[in-house]
Amino acid sequence: MAGIYVHIPFCRQACHYCDFHFSVSVKSAEPMAAAIAREAALRAGELNGKKVETLYFGGGTPSLMTAGQLRTVTESIRKHYPLASDLEFTFEANPDDLKPAKTEELRALGANRLSIGLQSFDDRTLQWMNRAHSAAESLTCVKTAKARGFDNISIDLIYGLPGLDDRKWREELKKAVDLDVQHISAYCLTVEEKTVLGNRVRKGLEKPVDEDAAARQFEVLTAVLRAAGFAHYEVSNFAKPGMRSRHNSAYWEGVPYLGLGPSAHSFDGHTRSWNLNKNTPYIRALERSERPYTAEVLSTADRHNEWVMTGLRLERGIDTRSAAQAFGTDFEAVHRKTIENLTAKGLAEYKDGRLRLTDAGRFMADGIAAEFFILEP
Amino acid sequence: MNHIRNFCIIAHIDHGKSTLADRLLHFTGTITDRELQEQTLDDMDLERERGITIKSHAIQMDYERNGEKYVLNLIDTPGHVDFSYEVSRSIAACEGALLIVDATQGIQAQTISNLYLALEHDLEIIPILNKMDLDSAMPEEVTDQIVDLIGCDPSDVIPASGKTGMGVQEILDAVIERVPAPVGDPDAPLQAMIFDSVFNSFRGIIAYFRIKHGTLTKGDKVKFFNTGKQYYADEIGTLKLTPLPKNQLFAGDVGYIISGIKEAKEVKVGDTITLVDRPSTEMIKGFEDVKPMVFAGIYPVDTDDFEELRASLEKLQLNDASLVFEPESSAALGFGFRCGFLGMLHMEIVQERLEREFDMTVITTVPNVGYRATTTKDEHLVVNNPSELPDPSTLASVEEPFIKGQIITKADYVGQVMNLCIEKRGVLTNQVYLTADRVELSFEMPLGEIVFDFYDKLKSVSRGYASFDYHPIGYRESKLVKLDILLNGDQVDALSALIHRDNAYDLGKRICAKLRELIPRQQFEIAIQAAIGTKVIARETVRAVRKDVTAKCYGGDITRKRKLLEKQKKGKKRMRQVGNVEVPQTAFLAVLQLD
Repeated sequence: MAGIYVHIPFCRQACHYCDFHFSVSVKSAEPMAAAIAREAALRAGELNGKKVETLYFGGGTPSLMTAGQLRTVTESIRKHYPLASDLEFTFEANPDDLKPAKTEELRALGANRLSIGLQSFDDRTLQWMNRAHSAAESLTCVKTAKARGFDNISIDLIYGLPGLDDRKWREELKKAVDLDVQHISAYCLTVEEKTVLGNRVRKGLEKPVDEDAAARQFEVLTAVLRAAGFAHYEVSNFAKPGMRSRHNSAYWEGVPYLGLGPSAHSFDGHTRSWNLNKNTPYIRALERSERPYTAEVLSTADRHNEWVMTGLRLERGIDTRSAAQAFGTDFEAVHRKTIENLTAKGLAEYKDGRLRLTDAGRFMADGIAAEFFILEP
Repeated sequence: MNHIRNFCIIAHIDHGKSTLADRLLHFTGTITDRELQEQTLDDMDLERERGITIKSHAIQMDYERNGEKYVLNLIDTPGHVDFSYEVSRSIAACEGALLIVDATQGIQAQTISNLYLALEHDLEIIPILNKMDLDSAMPEEVTDQIVDLIGCDPSDVIPASGKTGMGVQEILDAVIERVPAPVGDPDAPLQAMIFDSVFNSFRGIIAYFRIKHGTLTKGDKVKFFNTGKQYYADEIGTLKLTPLPKNQLFAGDVGYIISGIKEAKEVKVGDTITLVDRPSTEMIKGFEDVKPMVFAGIYPVDTDDFEELRASLEKLQLNDASLVFEPESSAALGFGFRCGFLGMLHMEIVQERLEREFDMTVITTVPNVGYRATTTKDEHLVVNNPSELPDPSTLASVEEPFIKGQIITKADYVGQVMNLCIEKRGVLTNQVYLTADRVELSFEMPLGEIVFDFYDKLKSVSRGYASFDYHPIGYRESKLVKLDILLNGDQVDALSALIHRDNAYDLGKRICAKLRELIPRQQFEIAIQAAIGTKVIARETVRAVRKDVTAKCYGGDITRKRKLLEKQKKGKKRMRQVGNVEVPQTAFLAVLQLD
C-alpha cells in the first residue's frame, strides 16, 4: 500500500494566509510538467512495486495546469507505478477554475475526487483572504462538479478569522451542509510568519487569532457537522460514512508515500525526504535527471513521536499496545499517570489499550501529544 | 624599600580604570603590545563581559626614572558595593591611590565612599581626569568637584586618556614623587596582610599579601592569625604578569604565597600571616569576617541534579570564600541550597558561573536579607528564609538589617530619587549640594528594600545618572509580615517574602499580576492568590488553554511540527511542576520584576 502526491507549484494569486510553496507565474508550467514526469520515472523503483492506492494532485493550484500538461504527469505515473483498480485520485481545484470544460477535463484525466478550496461563502471574507473566487462561485462550482459526474467532493473551510462571529460561522456551516458534499476539511486560521497576514499581525494591523473564539467555533463545527451525518475522523477533517480521504489518512497512519514536484515530501517508513522548493532549480536538476532533495532518517524516538502526534489527531486514537513492538516501549506503564490526568480532565478516553482524545482534547492535541514524546539528548 | 611604591586605583564602574591600568603596564614594559588585550587585570570571562573587576589582583611594574629603578605595585580593586570589604583591604595594603574620574561624567557615589576609605587609611590621592579624548569631557567642572572633595590644588589633577595614552607618564611620575615609600621593619617579626586570594586548579589557593614588617623566606613555616592554621611557604614571589618566584620578600613588598591550601575559606582577606618560629604578637588591624547579606535558594531545575549542584557549589566556593550555602528543602522546589551572598551582583555572578562553568540549570528564588525573630517565649532566631519565620501567633517581633545609603544624582532628579527612597521605607538624613548641579542624599533604609528592585528603579528615575553606595548600620525592629503565594490553593513556599505590613496589599496585588503574565496558560485554569496567614489579599487567574493544535498535518507538516513540539517540550524542562502547575524559572523571581 502506498500513495503518490504531486505538488503543482502555481497559483493565480497569493492567498494572504498561505505559506505553501507556489509561484504566481505559470510561464514554467510546461517544463515543470515535464520535470515532474521525469521525477516520476527517475524514482520508479522507490515504492518497491507496492500498489498505489491513492494519487493526490495538490498545490499550489493544480487546476491551473492545462489538460496536456497534467496528462504528461499522469501518463508518466501510470507508466512507472502499479495503480490499484480502485485508485482514489484526488484533485485540488479552486472554485474559479471549476468551469464545466475544466471539470470534464479532470474527469477525463481520471480524477475521481475533488478537493475544492472553497474557504468561505462570504465575499468580504474571500477578499480579505485574497482569494480569486466569489461567494457565488463557491456555490456553483460544487453543482458543476456534481453535474459532471463527481460523487466524491471535499470542500475546505476556514474559521477563527477576525470578525467571524458564531452566528456567521453557523450560517457558513449551514451552506456547506446544504451543498451535500461527502467531505469537509475545516481549518482554524493559522498565522504563518512569512505571509501577508503574518506581516500584518506582526505590525499590529491585524489581530492574532482569538483562541477563545476559535475554540467556540470548533465546538460549533463539530456539533453541526456531526448532526449532519459527518464523522469527525481527524482534527480538521469530517466525512460522510465511507468517504474519508484515504490519501490523507495514509499520512497519519505511517503508510509510505512518494511526493513528486518541488517541495513535495516523501516517506518510506524510515526516511523522510523533501524536494527542493524552488521551481527553476528543480526543473534544471531534473533536466539532468537529478532529483534535488534533502532527507532525514527517523530515529525510533522520531517515529514514536510522529505516531503519537498524528495518531492523537484521529478519532480512533492510538493503540498503545502496538508501541511495544513498534518502538520497544511499554507505553501504558510509562505514561500511566499522564493518561490518568488526561482522562480526569476530560481530555482523553482510555479503553482496552486505546487512547483517544475527546473533542475538548483534540483541540489541544499538540500539547497533549508532546506529553508522550520521547526526547533524545 | 625606598624604591617601592604600592598604590591602588579608585574608580567608578565604566570610568576606564582597566584601560588606563593597561596603559601603565604597557608603558612600563610589563606587558608587550601583543599582550595588551583589553582589561589585562581581569581574567575571568565574566568580568570582561561585565566590564567590572570582581576579584582584585595585583601586578608589579619596573620603572626607571632619573637613573633610579623603582618597583611599582598596582593593586587592583573591585568597583562594586558588594565587594567593599575587599576594597578596604586592598586600600590598607597601599600608601597611595589613583582617583580616576570620568571627565565626561564626574564623581559617583561609589567613588566617594572608596575615596573616604582611602583617606581614612592616610593614602596619598593622585586625582586623574580620564577620557579626556572625548568631546563631551568637562575638565573644569569635574576638576572643581575633585578639588572640593579632597581639597587638592587644581594643578594636581592629571588629565589622561586610557584610549590614547595621554597622561600615562605624568601618572607614573606622580606615583613616584607623591606616594610615600612603604615604612616597615624588615627585622621585626613577620606581619603580612592578605588582601586577596585566587584559586588555581594545579596549585591550590594562592594568597596575595603585603608585608608590613619582617621578612618571609621560601620554606618558612607560617601561621595565619585568624584561622590559626599552619603551612609551609612552598613558593613565594612577586606578581609580574605571571608570578615570579623569589627566595625572600621583605617589609614593603607585595607578593604571593603558595602553600598547598585547598579551600578558599582557609584564606581570609584581611588575615595576617606570621612565622611560626618567631610570631608577631598581634595581627594587622581591620580584619572582619565577611558575612553574607543576601540569601536566596538555589535549586536544580532537574531534581536529579541535586548532588551535582552541591559539587558545583563546593567547587565555586574553592575560589569564592564569600559564598556560603547549606542544604534546604522546599515543598515547591524539592531539594536545593540556601545560599548567602555579599550582595545582588554577587548573587548574579554565582548564578551565571553555575550555568556557564558547570553547565547547571538552576532556579533561583527571590532573594531576601537575614532577619532576626523573637518568639513570644523570648527565643531568638536567625531567619534566612522567609518560610522559616515563626507563625504569627508565636512571633513577638522581627528585626531586619538597615543600611545607610549615599546617592549622588543630578539636581534635576532629586525629587524622583527622594520619592523612590521614601517608597522604599527610606528616611532622609542628609542632603548636600556637591556642586550646583550634583546632590548627595543620605538615607537610612532597610536592606531588604534594596534587595528587591531598588537599583533598576534608581537608574530609571534618574535616567541612569544616580550612583549609589551603602553600608550596614545594624538591625532594627520592623512591622514585617510574611506574604504567601498560592497556586490553585497550594502554597508555594519558594515565593514567600517578608514585607512591610503597610506595603502588603499593594505588593500582593502586583506580584499576582506579574505571575499571571509569567505563568503560561495550561490545560486548566490556575488561581494565583496572595495571602497573609489565612487571609487572601489578592487574586488573579490564568485562564485555561483553549486551543493547542495545528490545523493542517499532512506530508510536509509532520517533520516540522514534530520538531517544533520537541523543542517546546525541551523548553518546558526548564519549568518546575508545583502541584499540577508548571511554573517557569522566571516566575520565582517575579517580585524583582514588578513594574
